[in-house]
Amino acid sequence: MVKGKQSFIFDAGVHILSASTVVGPFEGKGPLSDDFDIIHDDIWMNQGSFEKAEKIMLEEAALKTIEKAGIKKEDINLFISGDLLSQIISSNFAARTIGSPYIGIYSACSGSMESLLLAALIMEGNDIPYILTGTSSHNASAEKQFRYPTEYGSQKPPTAQWTVTGAGTCLLTKMFQGPKVVSATIGKIVDMGISDPFNMGSAMAPAAADTIYTHFQDMGITPDYYDIIATGDLGNVGHKICKDLLKDKGLEMPEHIFTDCGILIYGDNQKVQAGGSGCACSAVVTFGHFLNRMKRNEISKILIVATGALHSPLSYQQKESIPGIAHGVSIEM
Amino acid sequence: MDKFIWAFIIGGLICVIGQIMMDVFALTPAHTMSTLVVAGAILGGLSLYEPLIKFAGAGATVPISSFGNSLLKGAFTELEKDGPIGILTGIFELTSSGISSAIIFGFMASLIFKPKG
Amino acid sequence: MGKKLTPEQENYKDFSKKREPKRPVFKNCIKAFIVGGLICVLGQFFQTIYIKYFGFTEKTAASPTSATLIIISVLLTGLGVYDKIAQWAGAGTAVPITGFANTMASAAIEHRSEGYVLGVGGNMFKISGPVIVFGVFSAFIISIIKLVFNLFGG
Repeated sequence: MVKGKQSFIFDAGVHILSASTVVGPFEGKGPLSDDFDIIHDDIWMNQGSFEKAEKIMLEEAALKTIEKAGIKKEDINLFISGDLLSQIISSNFAARTIGSPYIGIYSACSGSMESLLLAALIMEGNDIPYILTGTSSHNASAEKQFRYPTEYGSQKPPTAQWTVTGAGTCLLTKMFQGPKVVSATIGKIVDMGISDPFNMGSAMAPAAADTIYTHFQDMGITPDYYDIIATGDLGNVGHKICKDLLKDKGLEMPEHIFTDCGILIYGDNQKVQAGGSGCACSAVVTFGHFLNRMKRNEISKILIVATGALHSPLSYQQKESIPGIAHGVSIEM
Repeated sequence: MDKFIWAFIIGGLICVIGQIMMDVFALTPAHTMSTLVVAGAILGGLSLYEPLIKFAGAGATVPISSFGNSLLKGAFTELEKDGPIGILTGIFELTSSGISSAIIFGFMASLIFKPKG
Repeated sequence: MGKKLTPEQENYKDFSKKREPKRPVFKNCIKAFIVGGLICVLGQFFQTIYIKYFGFTEKTAASPTSATLIIISVLLTGLGVYDKIAQWAGAGTAVPITGFANTMASAAIEHRSEGYVLGVGGNMFKISGPVIVFGVFSAFIISIIKLVFNLFGG
């Protein structure tokens, strides 16, 4: 059911049957390490390239989610996935392994929630038993594509972020009870003229603020309805900006409710400048950490607003700014 | 001994200029290095870089600006010797060792090392 | 340079700048000064050794000196250490010839997964290319200027 300008409520009862997360060694040393299903020892994962390693993580996360649900990969009716690499090759090759009908999406680091809301929308009005969604990212493959070779000695400024090496997937169904995907708000592109790829927090914050504000307008609720409202990967810098932007619009975000996956995933002792980023950031924190907390009854209503920077290495060189987008999905126990 | 001191000071100062370009003017490392190379060539053309080398030794030859000066010096030397065609034949005369080493050892590195991330 | 911003975008630029951590320019300059200076001292050291013990002159010692620094830089890049030092030193490692070697070595190492011809060969000059192109072109222009100057009795 459509709600307001950009939101949907899923009346038909779309539930998360299972979810799993795979991460690299750096994330495995972070504060949320207990919430991840598979932690790799090194970023190569026995593959010949970082790109292949990323594909392996997404495959592992997908197969683990299928295993946890007690079904076979042949039972998957639809797989929706995206990642950061050109032509979303990690998702394409993972889809090859899974073998089900496949929809590939690209919305940079907001992919986790874009794939989740698309799956919920498709499932809402159709009798499709199982839809698998997910995203992945890999620090080295992202650096190679968007910035510099990993051994290159460029000095990262304090606004830079660290792409999370990981993958997160979840399985949706109408047939069983579990954490329920209740609503979603599809974001619009918001471009406030920021063009520095080492300052993505500032580039994406306006889109996050726009989607969050629209969500509360559309749904007719206030922030304290939720136990947790988390942006995907705004990091320290973007999160603060987003908070202030919402304040200017008249929406106060309570300190103990409003957080950011990029801030949560790494500890203070890990040198990541402004925090984590990448498709996997919101995916592993949501599908690992937040879902676990919900299963332990610590929290029961969350709103995840994943944020994406929709530029390309070429657009930056052609002096274009970075357009941002943010997609929100609410999950309730 | 004071050759070392001046090498330290002048080399350090040229790096500070580079740091200011990156932090204050928000230039990328590639833009910064390119600017310094061109600056070295210009100073070489004005006969100002050689005195700096005499004074600061490695403090002037190690920074990338020296590369611009060497490119120019090579061109000028051949220009004097062979006329205008010397500009083309002389440019890489003095910088050959630097560029060749970087290519050769860079390639060898790709044979031996894997990126660590 | 870049696109023209709307007034709303200009406002946002100021808004976000106030909330961004500033680059520690002064601290970075001190670090760049120290490391850059030390690398040049190392260069001076090698140059002295080559002149004293290997029979090079002031003029000819420049080549082995730069080659030595390049080899060291390539080694540190391959061992995964150079980028850690560079995060601290900034321009202190980027401006000396070691920075140039690092751009070539890091690109070569990174792109091996795409093969030696297109990967390593095709990408080696990715970051160092501009330095060579602009160095050569500016040397060319300045030489032309000198040529014209000479012709008109300079």
